[in-house]
Amino acid sequence: MEIEGRVWVVGDSVTTDAMYPGYAMKLPLPEAARHVFYDLRPGWTDEVREGDVVVAGRNFGLGSSRPVASLFLELGVRALLADEFNSLFLRNCINFGLPALTVPGVRGIFADGDTARVDFVEGWCENVTTRAKIQAEPLPDFVRDILAAGGLLPKLAREGYVPR
Amino acid sequence: MGMTMIEKILARSAGLDEVRAGQTVVSEVDMTVLIDLQFATGWVQPLRIADPAKVAVIMDHAVPAPTLHDAEAGPRARKFARDYGIDRFYDVGRHGICHQVIAENGLARPGEVLACTDSHTCAGGAYNTAARGLGPAEVYSILCTGRTWFTVAPTIRYELVATLPDFVSGKDIFLHIAGKHGDATNRNLEFGGPGLASVPMHDRRTIATQCAEISADFATFGVDEVCRGFLDAHTDRPYTPADADEDARYEDIREIDLSTLEPYVARPGTVSHNAIPVSQLEHRTVDQCFIGSCANGQLEDLRIAADILRGREVAPGVRLLVTPASQKVYRDAVRLGYVEALADAGAVVTNSTCGACFGYHMGVVAAGEVCLTASTRNFKGRMGSPDAEIYMASPATVAASAIAGHVVDPRKEIA
Repeated sequence: MEIEGRVWVVGDSVTTDAMYPGYAMKLPLPEAARHVFYDLRPGWTDEVREGDVVVAGRNFGLGSSRPVASLFLELGVRALLADEFNSLFLRNCINFGLPALTVPGVRGIFADGDTARVDFVEGWCENVTTRAKIQAEPLPDFVRDILAAGGLLPKLAREGYVPR
Repeated sequence: MGMTMIEKILARSAGLDEVRAGQTVVSEVDMTVLIDLQFATGWVQPLRIADPAKVAVIMDHAVPAPTLHDAEAGPRARKFARDYGIDRFYDVGRHGICHQVIAENGLARPGEVLACTDSHTCAGGAYNTAARGLGPAEVYSILCTGRTWFTVAPTIRYELVATLPDFVSGKDIFLHIAGKHGDATNRNLEFGGPGLASVPMHDRRTIATQCAEISADFATFGVDEVCRGFLDAHTDRPYTPADADEDARYEDIREIDLSTLEPYVARPGTVSHNAIPVSQLEHRTVDQCFIGSCANGQLEDLRIAADILRGREVAPGVRLLVTPASQKVYRDAVRLGYVEALADAGAVVTNSTCGACFGYHMGVVAAGEVCLTASTRNFKGRMGSPDAEIYMASPATVAASAIAGHVVDPRKEIA
């Protein structure tokens, strides 16, 4: 499980409301996705493209259970990296099939526009632009199983709990 | 080596004698709670579920439906409850904010595991329950399989001593903690000590609920006589509390002398390292005041507000909104005269819903406005415009401030 993508860097304690504001919950997903970082980085959703990676600082995703990962996937974001995740946000990302890896120090080695290479099995990430690399903890096997299925719902469908 | 409260509950739920911080376990879930939002977006009715007797469905976030999108959740929820024979279905009229309904119906029980989508599910920790928000996909998975995984985080214990002064509430205890210690990301919080006896159940639930704001995993309280009194009235099945062992291992133990606390207020944006005593806040006028949510829409919160507002008036130019946390709270507040006192003072008392707390309906704030809220969250944009400012305080502080027209210490205003 290795990916490479262009990086966007955000700060510490970026909240779920900054990514999925309350008013956007009234909209269908493709429209709601246009409001990610609506106040933090206005216009960002016009610039992000398929395959990009979002890198954040501490306590990433503080806040609610709204499925932010669905919006990132809608926009083409392929992975999240952070110094530290809020645990509900981390679970929510994985459960919706968006790879998310805790890499202490990651925010310090990336700037907007750099290219990141990430290996979720071995648990490292590298700034391809600067060659800085950080080894962290790999994703556990059961988490990789969820991601490999594309999230919990496809996994449950495979196991016969949900209509295919 | 002993275990903390949460370690004991997770060990029990996983069929293990012992768990340690850092360990990942698979837990049997005792109660799974679905909310209306689950049915509004991406709902597919499952082909089979683990156990209908361990499921509750509660309509709370967007009721009565403010949009067609939300309205469509209703028939799906009703069909699901009917098809699977879900007895614990709290439809509009029997409804409330899920964490309040969970408490009223004894669904959060000592030593057990409770799963719900909503981030404030940690509220159940007030009843010694391992309860936390897990997101819609995971709650759906637990609905189907009856279990999920947890990685045991290190625990920080708050040791409460002395007695809570008048007009100082659970909200103030929480804001003191958040202001002084900041966030507790990937940590469990545990509350106990001799001072706990002076903290009533509604205040414990405010504290447990708000631990989501400091990014904690689980927040659990011990079971004492006060808690047993509550549980006796709300559950008739026997339960097994999880007490912390004498030699439990904590990352930190922090003592709080309750007698030294005063009313606190959080400035806009976050509660972490951003809350100060109201007495230290500069003059701050308010446009909207709000008392509600799973944190502060409890009957006792409404009583406190009603007692302050009875015979007084909300200041000109100020809106005061009060949202009971459940239909039961609403009905009790009507019977006890709280609604009359609030409405006579100029407050708008709404139906029970998550509504204004998450900036969705019934009380959205405009750019440039200042809102003082006794609810869960003060993030930028949380209650409407990102250019509104959201301050957070206790129901007493909010009620007194609504009369004054600016943020005041309720002890001075009500003297």
